[in-house]
Amino acid sequence: MNVVVCIKQVPDPNSPGQLDPSTHLLKRDGELVLDPGDEFGVEAGLQLVEKHGGQVTVVSMGPERGLDAVRKALAMGAAKGVLISDDSLRGSDALTTAKVLAAAIRKQDFDVVITATESTDGYTGVVPQMIAGLLDIPAVTFAKSVSVEGDKLTAQRQTETGIEVVEATLPVVLSVTAGVNEPRYPSLKGIMGAKQKPLDRPGPADLNLEDVGGASTGQRITAIDSAPERAAGEIIKDEGEAAKRIVDFLADKKVI
Amino acid sequence: MPFTAEHDALRETVRDFVSRELRPHADEWEEAEYFPDSVFRRMGELGLLGLRYPETYGGQGGDYWSAIVLAEEMTRCGSGGVGMAISVQTEMATPPILKFGTDEQKQRYLVPAIRGEKIASLGITEPDTGSDVASVRTRAVRHNGGWRINGSKLYITNGVRADYILLVARTGAKEDGAHGITLFLVDKETAGFAVSRKLKKLGMHASDTAELSFSDVDVPDSAVLGEVGQGFYHLMWELQGERLIGSAGTIAGAEVIFEETLAWCKDREAFGRPIGKFQVNRHKLVDLYTDISIAKSYVYAVAERWNNGEYPVAEISMAKLFVGQVTSRVADTCLQLHGGFGYMAEAHVSRYFRDSRLIRIGAGTDEVMKEIIAKTALGL
Repeated sequence: MNVVVCIKQVPDPNSPGQLDPSTHLLKRDGELVLDPGDEFGVEAGLQLVEKHGGQVTVVSMGPERGLDAVRKALAMGAAKGVLISDDSLRGSDALTTAKVLAAAIRKQDFDVVITATESTDGYTGVVPQMIAGLLDIPAVTFAKSVSVEGDKLTAQRQTETGIEVVEATLPVVLSVTAGVNEPRYPSLKGIMGAKQKPLDRPGPADLNLEDVGGASTGQRITAIDSAPERAAGEIIKDEGEAAKRIVDFLADKKVI
Repeated sequence: MPFTAEHDALRETVRDFVSRELRPHADEWEEAEYFPDSVFRRMGELGLLGLRYPETYGGQGGDYWSAIVLAEEMTRCGSGGVGMAISVQTEMATPPILKFGTDEQKQRYLVPAIRGEKIASLGITEPDTGSDVASVRTRAVRHNGGWRINGSKLYITNGVRADYILLVARTGAKEDGAHGITLFLVDKETAGFAVSRKLKKLGMHASDTAELSFSDVDVPDSAVLGEVGQGFYHLMWELQGERLIGSAGTIAGAEVIFEETLAWCKDREAFGRPIGKFQVNRHKLVDLYTDISIAKSYVYAVAERWNNGEYPVAEISMAKLFVGQVTSRVADTCLQLHGGFGYMAEAHVSRYFRDSRLIRIGAGTDEVMKEIIAKTALGL
């Protein structure tokens, strides 16, 4: 059983992100890491192939520096990496991203495509479903546990009201939620071994993608604005009836 | 910088592990004056106890810099004692087994130590002998084709929990001095081997420190590590590695506490401005930053030589001496800059102040370092 895991390199979520007013894009000049959400996807993929045989291939689209994220996934145990970086793909919208990833995935031998539910920088949350649409295979989203028997994948799906049990026939796109497993730490042996693993660097032309990216991108960010600063709260000075005023305030807000 | 992209990736692994699995428990472990043995097993599982050991023995096959990465990152766990216990396991008690041990000894003691299944300790100091190693009184005499050991050891890190000890004992006559010393590997469960006391310390609280007693402990000939009568020289080699890794970890710890103090000085205000903006404090911070940077570069320069297989005794001694002195200044000044909060048990800086004092005593005092440097580098 072969698994493709889609991964992305993002600005370290531990340091606050900033938008660049000139490009309208997230600044990527600070510390970049493998999206923590993707670590769960890589781990889910590794667990599937450890149980059923086969191998994990990671696929990523992003700038050259994204190689570090691919290498981390290889150090965790993925067998092969694919990174598509091209200037024309800068600032790609969700659909362009999905087209590029789907084209790269089509070139792989796969039974399951695993993604996170959304990236920790863009948060569009639609790429997994778009990839499934482009590949014309089912999308099983928000999985919190997964098992495969023969050509049938069963996933427990987290919803607002409870857990759905969903079955689908392979091949499928599966998006996994954070916390679905405990991602392994890359060992030193894994880190050193990652250097020897095959790394594919196709350009858009290799993937027959002449009409994606750049001017053909359907969505454009026309303006960005800072989130409004939180307004100052009301300070109640105690002149004998502060308690009553606080109770009235809370009652008014329907807190009590 | 001596570190490659692979070392950086290893650093990320260790940093993630430390912040997720050690740091959250540090306060509790310090309070309990113990941390669970499961930390050894978990680190063994992650390959962190055998970073620079050969793959043949379950190691990761890395170089000395990978051991330095571990020592540096462990200082972020919030408890000096945990880092020290791991250092004893990976860089003090087990390197002599790899270097001087038989294959059987490696299988029995090194392999499980790398897996974190056996905890190791190293027994040098005694109630009446510290720096003067050649005068140890613990004796091993020939008995029934093996050896019978009698004596006691003091201040033994991991001593309460250890599964075995690398023991320094006298096998020759007293006048043989350094030539009459032999190393032994002794299992905890051997009859006559007992933990007499768990000792209380100024710092390094999460680490267990023991007094051990040996009364008529019989071990076979195969318990001898290296050559009979060569123990002192084997041990001198071990001590170089111990001093170097201790220096690397300690100066990294100083850097961490310096960064915290710098952030504090930018944030804490007095008389209308951040305290770091007062020239008197600013200059203190500059002095520490300069000291730490220079000490670290020197440690790296010496580590590079050690990594290349050289044996730079005077330089290792200078590194440890200088790092110890810098660390004392860092600890004292950083505590002072924290004011009243620095004196509170909950402040990192107060724990660091207590923990870091050990570097000027453990693995050879400042005074012993100076004697070594005088003799080996100055011919005095």
